[in-house]
Amino acid sequence: MNLVETFFNVDVFLRTWPLLIEGLWVTLQLGAASIVAGLIVGLFLSLFRLYGVAPVRVIARLYIDIFRSIPVLVLLIVVYYALPFVGVRMSPFASAMTALTIVSGAYTAEIFRAGIEAIPKGQFEAAAALGLTGPQRMRDVILPQAVKIVIPPLTNNSINVVKDTALASVVAMPDLLKQATQAQALAANPTPLIVAAVIYLAFLWPAVLFVTRLERRFGARSS
Amino acid sequence: MAGFVSIRNLRKSYGTFEALKGIDLEIEKGEVVCVVGPSGSGKSTLIRCINRLESFSDDSTILVDGTPVMPGRALAKVRAEVGMVFQGFNLFPHLTVRENVMLAPRRVRGANRATAGEQADRLLQRVGISEQADKYPDYLSGGQQQRVAIARALAMEPQVMLFDEPTSALDPEMVGEVLDVMRDLAGTGVTMVIVTHEMGFASQVADRVIFMDGGEIVEAGPPNELLGAPKHPRTRNFLSAVLNH
Repeated sequence: MNLVETFFNVDVFLRTWPLLIEGLWVTLQLGAASIVAGLIVGLFLSLFRLYGVAPVRVIARLYIDIFRSIPVLVLLIVVYYALPFVGVRMSPFASAMTALTIVSGAYTAEIFRAGIEAIPKGQFEAAAALGLTGPQRMRDVILPQAVKIVIPPLTNNSINVVKDTALASVVAMPDLLKQATQAQALAANPTPLIVAAVIYLAFLWPAVLFVTRLERRFGARSS
Repeated sequence: MAGFVSIRNLRKSYGTFEALKGIDLEIEKGEVVCVVGPSGSGKSTLIRCINRLESFSDDSTILVDGTPVMPGRALAKVRAEVGMVFQGFNLFPHLTVRENVMLAPRRVRGANRATAGEQADRLLQRVGISEQADKYPDYLSGGQQQRVAIARALAMEPQVMLFDEPTSALDPEMVGEVLDVMRDLAGTGVTMVIVTHEMGFASQVADRVIFMDGGEIVEAGPPNELLGAPKHPRTRNFLSAVLNH
């Protein structure tokens, strides 16, 4: 067998393609759900951390620090294999989404916090002086400006979440990587893995380029 | 008799530094008060206490129209009645000029889009910015931005307007246009408290000028007396330093 037949076997490719597309669909669902849930968790965490009463601030901070220190894979295994012992039994999808959301929420919280803290004090004061309440100041004045600033780091984080979905294959989740390794075993040929790599690239490279472009544009404006 | 804005024993410290050493000040409805003094004298801190952008000592009292300016839910209500114009304009950069003026009436007063929009256009015309209504603040000159900021504060139909060095960040050629708007406003009977370095403006517009130094009110009186014939040596020193430059 030569190199092309081993790694780029057209016959294997055609046979396993439907399996990979199924896996891709699962990966995209898991990625999108975890990104959205992580954004919501992160936004509230950042607000608790910045403006909560003292005990709430401490809890938010602990959450953020702890879940940024734990490897996603470890957390995923705990959620899927350990929680059933205390009566919490979740499907592979729910387990994976829970683990990814918890971790993504912690990172997103730090991103939002940095964004909010980057808004000049005068904006908070002007909004307060007009009689806007705390939540109105956030919603109408601060967050619209902060979100613009944090789009590049948020996109980066989203790319990481999509890549981390591959860890879900550990808990028998039929995502892209799981399907690829399974197809590889069935066909006794690594072509499906290579194809899976190309699919990841096809989805994430444009996102990476998008971040680079945004960062360059923001950088150019601020200088 | 208590004034419309009533400040009693106002104290504020930063650590061991006393920024305000027990200020007493009564401001009547419709009165225009200019606060002058060297930098670091506490004059900005004083007016920032009136809407509680600065916290102050618990044994101090500030009443606006009889309502204490205290932290808590009622604070936003008091602030809605007290307009403020900042040295650095602080317009909202993500909103157009018109939207800047419309935001607070819509959110705080519950005005609908059409009403708030008409009111905004009226105010923008009054400060001479009608043509820029759909632009974003960054595209306006400093003088134009400050006039928008005045319109934004007026949109809440405040009982009192606070001006914190409104012309200090402006290029010299733009100072006049902002002072003109403020002069017009003073003529309409709005209560105004103005921290300023513009002595000429203060002498023309103020009903009363207050000279502050070292966190205290040193001297207060009608502009012709305080600026023309100051009694206190510290006032005289300050005025001669300002006027000889």
